[in-house]
Amino acid sequence: MSLMIGGKLIVNRLFVGTGKLPDYSVIKRMYEELKIEVFAVAVRRINLEKGTKYSILDFLPKEAKIMVNTSGARNHKEAVKIALIGREITNSDWVKIEISGELKYLFPDNEETLKASEILVKEGFKVFPYIFPDLVLAKKLEDIGVSAVMPLGSPIGSNKGIDCETLLKAIINEIDIPVIIDAGIGKPSHAAKAMELGADAVLINTAIATSFDPFLMAKAFSMAVSAGRLAYEIGLPKEQEYASPSSPLADLIRGETK
Amino acid sequence: MIERILEEADKLLKDKDQRNNIEDILTKEKLSPKDFLSLILDDDDNNLFIMAEISKKITERYFGKVINLFTPLYLSNFCICGCSYCGFSMENKNLKRIKLNTEEIIKEFESIKSHGIDSILLLTGCDRINTPFEYILSGVRIAKDMFSEVVIEVYSLEEEEYRILATNGLTGVTLYQETYNKEVYKKLHPYGPKKDYYYRLYTQERALRAGVKEVTLGVLLGLNDPIEDVFKMVLHAEYLLKKFPNAEISISFPRFRPAGTNFKEAFKVTDKMLLRFIFSTRIYLKNVGITLSTRETPKLRDALIGYGITKMSAGSKTSVGGYAKDYSSGNQFENEDRRSVEEIVEVIRNKGYRPEFTNWIGGLIV
Repeated sequence: MSLMIGGKLIVNRLFVGTGKLPDYSVIKRMYEELKIEVFAVAVRRINLEKGTKYSILDFLPKEAKIMVNTSGARNHKEAVKIALIGREITNSDWVKIEISGELKYLFPDNEETLKASEILVKEGFKVFPYIFPDLVLAKKLEDIGVSAVMPLGSPIGSNKGIDCETLLKAIINEIDIPVIIDAGIGKPSHAAKAMELGADAVLINTAIATSFDPFLMAKAFSMAVSAGRLAYEIGLPKEQEYASPSSPLADLIRGETK
Repeated sequence: MIERILEEADKLLKDKDQRNNIEDILTKEKLSPKDFLSLILDDDDNNLFIMAEISKKITERYFGKVINLFTPLYLSNFCICGCSYCGFSMENKNLKRIKLNTEEIIKEFESIKSHGIDSILLLTGCDRINTPFEYILSGVRIAKDMFSEVVIEVYSLEEEEYRILATNGLTGVTLYQETYNKEVYKKLHPYGPKKDYYYRLYTQERALRAGVKEVTLGVLLGLNDPIEDVFKMVLHAEYLLKKFPNAEISISFPRFRPAGTNFKEAFKVTDKMLLRFIFSTRIYLKNVGITLSTRETPKLRDALIGYGITKMSAGSKTSVGGYAKDYSSGNQFENEDRRSVEEIVEVIRNKGYRPEFTNWIGGLIV
């Protein structure tokens, strides 16, 4: 059930984004009670003055894995700078490269993301690029040594779920590094679906943060993620158009000799 | 070109009696300018409730359960413009004119920072002699080392000047057109650099081309027919969003407040109208930031948390300085919400939102 990723063994395959949370104090409970281990944190939101009671750094458990996020970067140069600063202030070498190509759908700029990934892998980061689901790009990223790819399921915050299944499956099937579905997952059933497809993990922010109870919603997602993963590991039955009689009956029908 | 869009807007405004059905508009994925105009012209309370709920959902989706906080600091009140509605107008002969020096600026910054504020808005009047570009640059440079977000609201600058500021830590430019009606604009801005309507109109574009990351537009509600001004401003914002897809565009809806002048507003904008403008804008431009200042009452500000607003000023003074030292310099306008940063933080938390202080969108990477 556990996942080796970025040099770390992770049990809970639900990663949580923090940007839209109504209250950072819920992070500690998610870590302690739900065993959520990976939290994505935008560098642009980190208040450098720890202990000011408003800095997210004061709310992140020491043992939790911080994935710094370069959101706000408009090109690879800015993303690289943000990543370097993020590593310095959080001591974490996990970086989610997020370079927005535009702000309405929040679609990532794949070209710039590839350039930033190349540089940051060389700089010794564990690189997690957030990408538009493009298999060719995912293969290039795999070649340069990123730790995982993070294709979107649908636009960030859209709650539309897995809206481009064929494209995501191609990536899951064809590359050997972990695939984390990032963005667009709105309901636990979407998360379960992502895991059933063979995704290695999901990253969720909006659906948890904007729910009536972020902690309980994180719990629901966590359960869905484990259920989906377990089913994937066992092997899901094939869907077919007609009912298939279970075997004792089939034996009687097919096995009868003339 | 924005001018062509504003001409199209005039045509739609002429036929404003032909409106689209509100129920249809509210179920649409993509709205037209005419849809937006129909929304701001609507006067049905039930629709307004529905629009509020839609706004809430859209705001949560794009911005989360978060309200960004900032504090404005007036560096100077020197001004060579004669804008009749403004407390800093050159016509206001009784106003004590002052500008803060470096030492005073640092003291004010320290005082503002002591409340946890990490985003600063620096303001001056319109005066290149008393507050030249170098003065603004120096303010930005000092601010950059103390705040994650540094925004200016000063006179309209040249593109090259914005470039220099952006490479020295400036993240944003706020500049209000005040009114988009050229005739009214001309009347209200009789002399001084602000007189030039078109130079001002293209300010945001100059700033964005120069690498500034965020711009805020605004009209001073009450100067002109608010429907015309809000309609044109929102189309202006839409135009900027399309032209600069990576830039963060915000809109502000300041209502005219008494400013120690004899000016009387030409149009009264009620609370309900303001709400309708905010919700309609949120529904039309889903990812635009919306700022609400301390001009508005605590009651209205508190009620709007979650409903379209993304950014609020807190603990604001509208005279020069005033945080570390009271210079008794007179206000640009009167504040309605005089609560402290700590009080605003408490209100936001109690509403189930997180006050956000930090936004290093440019400061970290220049």
